Amino acid sequence: MAFEKYDFTPITQSIHQGLIENVSPLLTTIIEWTIIGVLYLLFIAVFGLFLVYAERKVCAAFQQRLGPMRVGPWGIIQTIADFIKLLMKELITPKSVDKFLYNLAPFIVIIVPFLTISVIPFAPGLQSLDFDIGIFFVTAVSSVGVIGVLLAGWASNNKYSLIGGMRSGAQIVSYELSVGMSLITMVILAGTMQVSEIVELQRGGWFLFKGHIPALIAFTIFVIAGTAETNRGPFDLAEAESELTAGFHTEYSGIKFAFFFLAEYINLFIVSAMATIVFLGGWMPFHFGDWAAFNNVMDFIPGLVWFFLKVFGIIFLIMWFKWTFPRLRIDQILTLEWKYLLPINLFNILLMATMVLLGWHW
Amino acid sequence: MKSFFNYIAEIFSGIWTLLTGMKITAKYFFTPWRNVTQQYPENRDTLVMYDRFRGEVIMPHNENNEHKCTGCGLCENACPNGSIEIISKSIMTEEGKKKRIIDQHIYHLGMCTFCNLCVRACPSDAIKMGQKFEHAHWDRSTFTKVLNQPGSKIMEGIKE
Amino acid sequence: MAEIIEKLITTDEIKTDEYLVNIGPQHPSTHGVLRLLTKLEGEIVHNVEPHIGYIHSGIEKMTEALSYPQIVHLTDRMDYLSAHMNNEAVCLCVENALQVEVPERVKYIRTIFDELQRLASHQLWWCASGMDLGALTAFFYGLRDREDILDIFEETCGARLTLNYSVPGGVMFDIHPNFQKNVKAFITKFRKKLPEYDKLLTDNIIFQNRTKGIGILSKEDAIAYGVTGPTGRASGFSCDVRKHHPYSAYPYIKFEEKMGTEGDSFTRWKLRMDEMWESMNIIEQLIDNIPEGDFAVKMKGVIKLPEGEFYQRVESARGEFGVYIVSDGKKNPYRVKFRSPGFSNLFTINHIAKGWKIADLVAIMATFDLVIPDIDR
Repeated sequence: MAFEKYDFTPITQSIHQGLIENVSPLLTTIIEWTIIGVLYLLFIAVFGLFLVYAERKVCAAFQQRLGPMRVGPWGIIQTIADFIKLLMKELITPKSVDKFLYNLAPFIVIIVPFLTISVIPFAPGLQSLDFDIGIFFVTAVSSVGVIGVLLAGWASNNKYSLIGGMRSGAQIVSYELSVGMSLITMVILAGTMQVSEIVELQRGGWFLFKGHIPALIAFTIFVIAGTAETNRGPFDLAEAESELTAGFHTEYSGIKFAFFFLAEYINLFIVSAMATIVFLGGWMPFHFGDWAAFNNVMDFIPGLVWFFLKVFGIIFLIMWFKWTFPRLRIDQILTLEWKYLLPINLFNILLMATMVLLGWHW
Repeated sequence: MKSFFNYIAEIFSGIWTLLTGMKITAKYFFTPWRNVTQQYPENRDTLVMYDRFRGEVIMPHNENNEHKCTGCGLCENACPNGSIEIISKSIMTEEGKKKRIIDQHIYHLGMCTFCNLCVRACPSDAIKMGQKFEHAHWDRSTFTKVLNQPGSKIMEGIKE
Repeated sequence: MAEIIEKLITTDEIKTDEYLVNIGPQHPSTHGVLRLLTKLEGEIVHNVEPHIGYIHSGIEKMTEALSYPQIVHLTDRMDYLSAHMNNEAVCLCVENALQVEVPERVKYIRTIFDELQRLASHQLWWCASGMDLGALTAFFYGLRDREDILDIFEETCGARLTLNYSVPGGVMFDIHPNFQKNVKAFITKFRKKLPEYDKLLTDNIIFQNRTKGIGILSKEDAIAYGVTGPTGRASGFSCDVRKHHPYSAYPYIKFEEKMGTEGDSFTRWKLRMDEMWESMNIIEQLIDNIPEGDFAVKMKGVIKLPEGEFYQRVESARGEFGVYIVSDGKKNPYRVKFRSPGFSNLFTINHIAKGWKIADLVAIMATFDLVIPDIDR
């Protein structure tokens, strides 16, 4: 197909070949790791800053404002200026905090997006870690973040932080289930957990359309639970501004605060990317039945662009939630999970399994 | 069974209310030309304050550098915050009589609450409220203003 | 194992300790410098102790050194969201004491301003409550539409917040020639905006779950605590001063005193929303019928009240606002006491927030519509 020409495999292969012919295999591995690490670091920093800017602009548009307009044209370097400010700020450690845990928490929080981002295929051949339990890996690793939040809440020696941390713990542990189960629903349809395989299977049509009703339910649940897992939108109880001032990161300043902030936005990206991969076909272009001309035009758009278009669509949706709804209360959040999402999810798995068994999908 | 249907109905009605809310915000998101933000320092040229806007107390002078203030001190009495001070001086009129006229009409902008009571109290309409509102300054001493211009005289025909 | 669990459940051996949290003086949801010393167990509120006095400005004492027209301008600074009602209360008190009859035109203008001020206040309350409950967009929508009212104020009296429009004997300026046109345009526009607010928050399922059945204030308690205004009416306590002790142009118009029965946060919310509709009805009855005439009667240069005690109550946006003046016949009052609605309303909070969660405490505070300078004076 036409979009095959945007495959990144030849480039990565040629780099690998070039290295392995010239240096020892060990050094090759080290160099490749370094390249990948630096690329991801750059991506996370730049994309995180961009998302912060995007959020401020999107929220401003929802609220009939203009958002940042002063630093740079249309305020485009506002977040960079903010980031520099955060870097230069003093790192305050309050007197009676648990020093080790207090300093450890932001790093745990920021490690999670680095781990999860490794399995995400941005474009054909642009994926660093492709192994057969990709989905499982994402669900497993993404729950590590809550430890950081809990530690931050506990170690800060602040009652607001503690309440925030505990809320966040209860919330993420519950919503982990929904995220996992909605992914399992789609794994049943796909029959594999390998991320690249899942994307490849959607060549004929995105799973959202292939799996119709159960896939749609799973998608809705995934977006809701994903919003909750990133501590955003109507589920931002852990940092509920009007109740807990800033929740678990009340006592953090400077770059440590920036880590929490950045992690939140990168987690937003990861949730959206997972939704894109599992439900919307990853980097696969949009095809409509047998409209050959239309499909050919779609194929001309590179996979990377498709991927980010879909991701931004979902990010916008999640931002839309955040800037429309009031916040839930902690018991209502848990009620929503255990009384609504979980039973629906279990039923949905059954439905999907029946459907796959009977072959009632496209 | 009924409770089960209620459960389902609850979910759908709940989702519906959420969607109506999202429709409202989306309406404003996709009509950015309705934005209400005014970019303040840039729009200075087009920014017009209302005539009655109470920005500061001013004393209008005509082209001959004449004002209407007789120095009667009613505004000083009317001011709740003591932001007006009248300093008068004695002069000899042409007929050889001693007469007290205004020397300095001192206005402390920093103490003013823009209540308009002084303007109401003035019997000769000598002072009024100005439209200027950009009063911020590095130096506090600039907030103490002398409203009558140097060398200014009282207008002819103003009742003492 | 089962025995141990049984033991733990039936006895109080493991019990989460209560802990104290200072909500305020600097806190996003206290809308000012109010300090709530809250005793929590986990998330559950066990005791709320309001500590006030952080922005006590001594207005009552200051008035003893001021003449009556000067007092009016100070009352702007108490409940700054019902500035005009406060001004009017002092003016009415002075006028009643001197037995001055103000022209009909003044009564009409004052009443229209009252209701516009009520709309502006309720809008700020609406959007700030939305923010307290986490819907930040509501905050900007409310401020956006409130701006229109403030523009109307600014055009007529030159100020947006601290109006100082009423003076003893009348109003400070005549209404601006555009006033009627602008008010009518605003009402037409706002009648379209209010259903939007309802769609955004009132009908929202999350919002309803957050407020329905939360923080119930019974009618008996409302009366016992002296809770007035929309908060009292939501509990079924008919306390509208406009209805029971009409002043200015309120005797001439037909309007309904909105009442609630449940007394929970949602009723308080709904009642204020309904009040906005009612305020628009009142304005529409008056705006076309403003009689011709003077906008103020000529008062003496120095206003001296006869010896005695005078009390005047008005319905501010938060409840009954009272002015009590003791005069000894001089140009300054001997003693002035302001009865502010927020003060009485605030102190029910311990009674009704007990047993609810900390998030509900925020919701209750939001629907109480507290303005801290009103409480602290």
